[in-house]
Amino acid sequence: DSIPFREQYGSPPVSVGCKMTLLFSLAAYRTDEGQPWVLPVVKKVEQKIANDASLNHEYLPILGLPEFRANASRIVLGEDSRAIKENRVGGVQCLGGTGGLRIGAEFLRRWYNGTNNTATPVYISSPSWENHNSVFVNAGFKDIRAYRYWDAAKRGLDLEGLLEDMESAPEFSIFVLHACAHNPTGTDPTLEQWKQIAAVMKRRFLFPFFDSAYQGFASGCLDRDAWAVRYFVSEGFELFCAQSFSKNFGLYNERVGNLSVVGKDADNVQRVLSQMEKIVRTIWSNPPSQGARIVATTLTCPQLFAEWKDNVKTMADRVLLMRSELRARLQALGTPGTWNHITEQIGMFSFTGLNPKQVEYMIKEKHIYLMASGRINMCGLTTKNLDYVASSIHEAVTKFQ
Amino acid sequence: LGLSWWSHVEMGPPDPILGVTEAYKRDTNAKKMNLGVGAYRDDNGKPYVLNSIRKAEAQIAAKKMDKEYLPIAGLAEFNKASAELALGDTNEVIKSGRYVTVQTISGTGSLRVGASFLQRFFKYSRDVYLPKPSWGNHTPIFRDAGMQLHAYRYYDPKTCGFDFAGALDDISKIPEQSVILFHACAHNPTGVDPRPEQWKELAAVVKKRNLFAFFDMAYQGFASGDINRDSWAVRHFIEQGINVVLSQSYAKNMGLYGERVGAFSVICKDVDEAKRVESQLKILIRPMYSNPPINGARIATIILTSPDLRKEWLEEVKGMADRIIDMRNQLVANLKKEGSSHNWQHITDQIGMFCYTGLKPEQVERLTKEFSIYMTKDGRISVAGVTSGNVGYLARAIHQVSK
Repeated sequence: DSIPFREQYGSPPVSVGCKMTLLFSLAAYRTDEGQPWVLPVVKKVEQKIANDASLNHEYLPILGLPEFRANASRIVLGEDSRAIKENRVGGVQCLGGTGGLRIGAEFLRRWYNGTNNTATPVYISSPSWENHNSVFVNAGFKDIRAYRYWDAAKRGLDLEGLLEDMESAPEFSIFVLHACAHNPTGTDPTLEQWKQIAAVMKRRFLFPFFDSAYQGFASGCLDRDAWAVRYFVSEGFELFCAQSFSKNFGLYNERVGNLSVVGKDADNVQRVLSQMEKIVRTIWSNPPSQGARIVATTLTCPQLFAEWKDNVKTMADRVLLMRSELRARLQALGTPGTWNHITEQIGMFSFTGLNPKQVEYMIKEKHIYLMASGRINMCGLTTKNLDYVASSIHEAVTKFQ
Repeated sequence: LGLSWWSHVEMGPPDPILGVTEAYKRDTNAKKMNLGVGAYRDDNGKPYVLNSIRKAEAQIAAKKMDKEYLPIAGLAEFNKASAELALGDTNEVIKSGRYVTVQTISGTGSLRVGASFLQRFFKYSRDVYLPKPSWGNHTPIFRDAGMQLHAYRYYDPKTCGFDFAGALDDISKIPEQSVILFHACAHNPTGVDPRPEQWKELAAVVKKRNLFAFFDMAYQGFASGDINRDSWAVRHFIEQGINVVLSQSYAKNMGLYGERVGAFSVICKDVDEAKRVESQLKILIRPMYSNPPINGARIATIILTSPDLRKEWLEEVKGMADRIIDMRNQLVANLKKEGSSHNWQHITDQIGMFCYTGLKPEQVERLTKEFSIYMTKDGRISVAGVTSGNVGYLARAIHQVSK
């Protein structure tokens, strides 16, 4: 795609002369002042680390920092996870969520559904994060397919289409599932819908590969955002979950991720991890220590853990507030169409439903940069620009149909 | 619960080098030595965090920087400084801009990005020639990236030195337009480096056979103590008109092991080619890990671009290199004192962290069993694990198993 800001990392809002340029295409949290936010707990922990003269820069083990791996898996699977108690969970520290997806994909290509079976179909939601496709292609899979997900007409989940695609998928197909806060639509299955999805996947022997990039960030509650993953585990699935701590810890550039592996028993998980070690060794050898130290320190200290949950809730609450404020303004303006999807959707992103012409207007005339798909990053909204954004959407929708 | 998807997954073979460390940890002998470790140790056998690095870290902590994503190619300042360190900032390549450098996950990440780039864009050959022996991880990296591995003679076990004639002979027969990998300095695992006159002849035959040169430089500064001397071979090849690719690691020379700091550079025909190459490198990196970690790169950048810290760093690197050289000298001196009749000159002729002692597997086993000295079966020792406190013990043990 040829939109500017294709490389959506690291560029803060830019002023162009006296016209404000608003960046809504970034995948990073912003405060109400439109600034990046280093979590207070992260600052505290970094200071602790900086002051600890006993720490050095020695290599981590290939699979990563043990305290990080165990605690990261605990975060997504739950304190009282039976799978953890039964010792059938393993973690691989990876470079962000992307790294977790890649290691998981490389492993699956080598060892799933036979050996080196590049023909196993991999299903990715339509739409999805655009890098999902590249990860699995580069891991060697030859048959990447889309499963229906977003219903543009009703601006919601196309559950019927999704379930149909799962029913007709070849047995043993791999399905990439967004654990919560679906990117880019912000539309998640309800609890009941997840149950239906799990039932079909169990019956058809489909492999669940969860992408969990927003735990805590979506609803403000860690447990709630992990419900789907935990449900699948309780239903006896073997699964992978690529966890990112980029957003919920604000540690974007430290590249902190964990690939959680849930298996039938400890022996299987050990063998899986030993093979993942071989894969890791030829891509990055061992992972970076700074981010993992920050997360591990935070998760293992009750006080810091509580503070972190609070910081996460701060971020989630601000996004929820911006959603409700934007919807309220659009409804007050009488903007044509229905706008409840703005508050029904969850997480960082919203599929506004704006069409390409409307998006072009937003970019060219109003200097509001969103993705061609109509995806907007809710974090770009602030109390200062809410009115401007709402009125701009109103103009775009009334001028172009 | 039913059968597992993973019933047929084999247990991966234990990592040979890690295995050495595991066994060392279990040993209760007070005199035990770990000579398998690939990380620098000070004269007390402890990990060493460079003072210059600590200062750079303090600066970073004080600046309270944000945590925003780096670009896919990494920290631009770091990339520029890294290329300048390798080639010299007055190098014509740097001045003209006919190169691209991307930040990578240390040396391994750099090699993997490079290998993947070649697999996708080097249409002339799938064949990569490594020196025999080479770093153990080179083979699986290139293989996983989809290349095929071959070898050229390098180490001569009879002399414990460089098999120059054998190398030239093999390289002159490598099919044209194949990829050939060189260790820029401090060859791992042998410690055997070509002399400058030999490098000149190697460059000539590479040019004559139209081979594609891939340099792995993991020890710049760490080998001789002089960063320019250690990168001489790379610069010479480029001067001869050979557009090389280069992997750099800052694990050892900055002691930034776990921060994963590295770079991959492609010397190009011109700026336009460099831009096109960069765009493709980013397309390879994005589905691997999206963008690199910032912490180590920030540290390295401050070191490289602050005159005072850069000076201090260079002194500390020289300090590490000098200690290694000193340990080599002491080991040979102690072996003589023990009354060994063997020629141990190769220990001081070799350079860098590692030394191919020439000991046989049975002798290595005795060293471990009888003296609690741990090293890899190929007779390689990490000189970094030797201290003035244990060099005498090591010499005695080696003499015992080799007399």
